[in-house]
Amino acid sequence: MSLWVDKHRPRDLMKLDYHKDQAIRLKSLVQQSDFPHLLVYGPSGAGKKTRIMCLLRELYGSGAERLRQETMHFTTPSNKKIEIMTVSSNYHIEVNPTDVGIHDRVVIMDLVKNVAQTHQIDSSGQREFKVVILNEVDDLTKDAQHALRRTMEKYVATCRLILIANSISRVIPAIRSRCLTIRVPAPTESEIANVLHIVCKKEGLSLPTELAMRIAKSSDRNLRRALLMCEASKVQQYPFTADQKVPEPDWQIFIKDTARMALSEQSPKKLGEVRQKLYELIIHGIPPDIIFAGLLKELVRNCDMSMKCQIASHAAQFEHRMRLGNKPIFHLEAFVAKFMAIYKKFMEDSLGDVF
Amino acid sequence: MQAFLKTGKISNADKPSSSGTKVVKKKPPAPWVEKYRPKTIDDIVDQGEVVQVLRECLAGGDLPHLLFYGPPGTGKTSAILAAARQLFGDITRDRVLELNASDERGIQVIRDKVKSFSQLTVSNKRPDGRPCPPYKLVILDEADSMTSAAQAALRRTMERETRTTRFCLICNYVSRIIPPITSRCSKFRFKPLARENVIKRLQEVCEAEGVDVGNGEILQEAVHTCEGDLRRALTALQCCQRLIGKITPEGLIEVTGLVPQELVDKFLSTKNYSELEAFVDSFLMDAYSASQLLEQLSATVVQSGHLTNKQKCVISEKIAVCSHRLLDGGAEVMQLTDLGCTIIMANSDP
Repeated sequence: MSLWVDKHRPRDLMKLDYHKDQAIRLKSLVQQSDFPHLLVYGPSGAGKKTRIMCLLRELYGSGAERLRQETMHFTTPSNKKIEIMTVSSNYHIEVNPTDVGIHDRVVIMDLVKNVAQTHQIDSSGQREFKVVILNEVDDLTKDAQHALRRTMEKYVATCRLILIANSISRVIPAIRSRCLTIRVPAPTESEIANVLHIVCKKEGLSLPTELAMRIAKSSDRNLRRALLMCEASKVQQYPFTADQKVPEPDWQIFIKDTARMALSEQSPKKLGEVRQKLYELIIHGIPPDIIFAGLLKELVRNCDMSMKCQIASHAAQFEHRMRLGNKPIFHLEAFVAKFMAIYKKFMEDSLGDVF
Repeated sequence: MQAFLKTGKISNADKPSSSGTKVVKKKPPAPWVEKYRPKTIDDIVDQGEVVQVLRECLAGGDLPHLLFYGPPGTGKTSAILAAARQLFGDITRDRVLELNASDERGIQVIRDKVKSFSQLTVSNKRPDGRPCPPYKLVILDEADSMTSAAQAALRRTMERETRTTRFCLICNYVSRIIPPITSRCSKFRFKPLARENVIKRLQEVCEAEGVDVGNGEILQEAVHTCEGDLRRALTALQCCQRLIGKITPEGLIEVTGLVPQELVDKFLSTKNYSELEAFVDSFLMDAYSASQLLEQLSATVVQSGHLTNKQKCVISEKIAVCSHRLLDGGAEVMQLTDLGCTIIMANSDP
């Protein structure tokens, strides 16, 4: 039995639940004779992948859905062997080049070359190109992105690229200008609630409107998370009640706890405890930038405006340094320490005014 | 068996005819940018002086070393490609070596590939006997991304092989080219294109493509969003045409990834922190790009009428800092929050 997220994923462009005009445009794009490279961007859980799979189905028919996993091997110029997982069908291959860290350039160049050099066996009834899907393009190294731009032009006859990114700020303009960019905004809360209703109806469950709204609200406009939450609350308690507790992701609660600790007392001892918590978060694989954003959001909650500004500017500074450095814990801890210093000074000043 | 072989033969005989029909199959349409690249130097939009000089060079059949610089989309590459075509005609392929940033272009390539190419001597006659200039052309596109070691390796090669080879360097920022190279070249600055000329050119292309653009307003909009970059304007128009089927101002904004002006204004007039938080959240959820926002914000702040000079200074400085951090890979939410705080503080303290 699969999760609802996979089970009820739309398989046809026309059956998508939101951004319908965009779906129509994509459909008309497929019907034209030429198909450009695409750059699809949007926050996670907005439905980028769903749209791309629908698009592939539209291009190649249901054959594009028969997927298999393979491990591919590459050799870097420095003779290091690297391997990477790929998911492919007869018509496309999907890969996540950032898995191999700084060697992503080799993967991109070799993979695209491999794919582009083999033609479709029977090109009469089908498209004459294959599709390469690259995930997380915004996290590619600059080297890899530059390599991509030449590759894109060179092999345009036999292969098309579909690039997926969370935001295009970090994609170099040269790539942006070579692709047709497609923005996929996150669904609004009412759209999410609507989808939840549809899914529950398909499952034969009755979902109170109020609960659907609450799940939508706490999902941060992430449809995948909303569906998972909905399924989790069904496991917890069914039939649904309108005031049922919506399970929150553990790590969010954990970050809130951590922030509360920093607020409760400002001392080196407490800082040590906070460090333990931060370590635990990192060990469990929560990305440091999410920890940063979560901490900032919680910490500034009861500060006045000038303090908020100070804290936000320090957060931005430490987060930037974290990107340049390679140990996130230093910068997370530095931020908490800085916050404690500011907060303590503020408290002492205001107490001083009272007496 | 005999029959089997025979049929094999027959199908073999059939094959050429079927592949013959296949050749007729139309090639996929080229991007407009390539399709309408100027064929001769006289087609180049604007850039009167550069074209004038090039024309005289072509008439004399001689070419100095060239250095073209200017903002993107002003016709630098087009100019040299058109000139090369006019100089060499159908032997352009043998006489021109074009390298751009995506080719491997370290010091090794300069030493091996460029040097050996430039050492070859060529005749002053074409294969069919007509005269042509007795030299080759090396085009180094996007030369500002070459390392200075590679540029330095070029110096002596440029001088020694003048007899057989001319170099043309193309870059956006002349300051990134080392002085010994700039002093060996005649420099040409490509100005940003004038509005009317861009619009005229776009109109010609649209007419040739049979695209209806109504009156000039949409093209005005296109030029405005692309800031005098003809290539970007053309690409945007084509994307828009492809995706939506007709060209509309909203479609142009969508395909160029611009942030709607209302959002920029809203960000600039944020009053308090909770408003800011909500704005940043929804901004990122709608998948707009933060770096694009910074770019547009900077233009808005500088031209704004109701901000004092002090406010403009404070905000512009922060924009610069945040933009740098974003380029380094900083998280968008942090940088926008930081910038927003600065704007709030500046707004409350005129």
